[in-house]
Amino acid sequence: MAQPAPFIFFGCIELREILGLRARDERELMEQLERAPLGSVYYHTHSVFLRHHQVTGAYPNDFANWVASQVRDQVLGERLAVVDPFAFGSLEALREELVSIIDHHVATLHPVPRVVFGDPFFFVQSHVIEVPAGLEARTLQEFRRCLAEVDASAIYLHTLESRVWRGQPHGDFAGWVERDLGLPSLAGAIARINPYLGGLEQARTRMLQLLDAALREAEPASGL
Amino acid sequence: MASNTLTIEEYREVAPKGTVDLLLRLAERVRGRRFLHVNSTRSGGGVAEILNRLVPIMTDLGIKAGWEVIEGDPGFFATTKALHNALQGMEQALTVAMLEHYVDVNRANAERLRPTGDLILVHDPQPAALILARPPEGKWAWRCHIDLSAPQRRVWAFLRRFVERYDAAVFSLPSFAQRLDIPQFLVYPSIDPLAEKNRRMSRQEIQKTLDALRVQSDKPILLQVSRFDRFKDPVGVINAYRIVKRYHDVRLVLAGGGATDDPEGAEVLNEVREVAARDADIYVLDLPADAHLQINALQRAATIVIQKSTREGFGLTVAEAMWKGKPVIGGATGGITAQILYGVTGYTVNSVEGAAYRIRYLLGNPPLIRRMGAAGREHVRRNFLITRHLQDYLSLLVRLTA
Repeated sequence: MAQPAPFIFFGCIELREILGLRARDERELMEQLERAPLGSVYYHTHSVFLRHHQVTGAYPNDFANWVASQVRDQVLGERLAVVDPFAFGSLEALREELVSIIDHHVATLHPVPRVVFGDPFFFVQSHVIEVPAGLEARTLQEFRRCLAEVDASAIYLHTLESRVWRGQPHGDFAGWVERDLGLPSLAGAIARINPYLGGLEQARTRMLQLLDAALREAEPASGL
Repeated sequence: MASNTLTIEEYREVAPKGTVDLLLRLAERVRGRRFLHVNSTRSGGGVAEILNRLVPIMTDLGIKAGWEVIEGDPGFFATTKALHNALQGMEQALTVAMLEHYVDVNRANAERLRPTGDLILVHDPQPAALILARPPEGKWAWRCHIDLSAPQRRVWAFLRRFVERYDAAVFSLPSFAQRLDIPQFLVYPSIDPLAEKNRRMSRQEIQKTLDALRVQSDKPILLQVSRFDRFKDPVGVINAYRIVKRYHDVRLVLAGGGATDDPEGAEVLNEVREVAARDADIYVLDLPADAHLQINALQRAATIVIQKSTREGFGLTVAEAMWKGKPVIGGATGGITAQILYGVTGYTVNSVEGAAYRIRYLLGNPPLIRRMGAAGREHVRRNFLITRHLQDYLSLLVRLTA
């Protein structure tokens, strides 16, 4: 039987670009969100986890946090917070959902809620630079060891970045476990882990639990 | 430790796990590239302080890192001081002759330094016009450390014609930036955990330093470290302390400088001393600019650190305090809001009453003080240490010179 191809771990570093788009009220937020590059939609909904490996604000995306904490509109904050990026097949669809929520919300409000004492919303996008993490795995055991010690940016790159920008619908980890280790059930469980709810470290912990369980089950067999 | 012997390995213990290895691998991609910094002073001020640390580490990483400093006569530096103030919104009178002299001095420096490299990072407005003499090869980026959000328009229009000749600009906060036709990147400033101001101190060393400052540590200490400047609201801090004092027996330390070389600073210091008069639990310390160890000890001895500014640049004293495991209560302005994770590492407040309430709340919840302190230290470890700053600059080098 051919040796599985190794899983090579990459970490990443992001360089942030200020786009010069800003919003002071909810309608402006919607309008700028419509015209912002998709990279910015991604930045404010996904790469927040690269900066905070746990969910640290009230909500897990920048739009919801800004509306709730700066505009002080808790209702819209909650409505934006509940949007799960994992439920959308594309960033365009995610953007459409966010715009629709804001549009529906402001349609009933006069005047449109705006920042009075807080900061405007500044649109940013990031350029992610991949860097080899110096770790590679050929077996499930090795994969578990590498996953436990790798920089959290690798979890981000292989679970979020790969789904959104590199056409890996289930992420790199699940793809390798299914394709190269032939473990579709474990791959499915890994693919279902949603970092959006608890952040990268929680996703890592959950993955390690799944791997430990799989390794215990496979103990009599060798090669895993 | 001499700064020119700094190596990246020294940061392995303090940086987030995996960061040093990531930096070493990132540096492999740009090994041998020339990265030149240009600014206006080799010592004094935050920019020189961080370059003194960054440049040797970049060299250790295999980058051909250099640092040049422009020269000028007193007239030039009077002009750049006025430029600096005008760009931050203060009314300043700048004559045509002053601006012409600014350009001439920059041209002369360009002739003397002949800056070349794969990436030339020009810091702040003083050397910005060096771009007039850029050679055809190499990328140039302008690193702006100041708040450009509300500049005097005519002065910004003057500077902008130089800035737009760069390949990119770099700002410390999105709110500090201006609309420009070149890409603008975001790089937060950073603290060096191994520098005198932030290095580890033993209990005995802290106590000895406090004794030398005649600060007693028998009660919880509330601390604000900042220049004696109205925008730092030291009187507001005393008023917040007085509200807290009705419920908790605490001491307040206001430590800063700027009173010796700044007439307004001296005026504010006198005002603060007057307001604090006859309260033995308030210490007003006018410290010299190099009192790094004293600041370190005070931050480590504090129970809660306050940065109640009403206007602020980035405000790295917040990161310094969080690095020492202290919750921070800061004014909701400038970089303070970017550093404090509300309810996680501290609180941002908008009034004396808000500051007093949060101080009381924390003093009544010692476990929360410890939890927030620990969260703050981890937040700084990941986002505001020099290792992250290095990542950003190397990423810029990769991005602009690919």
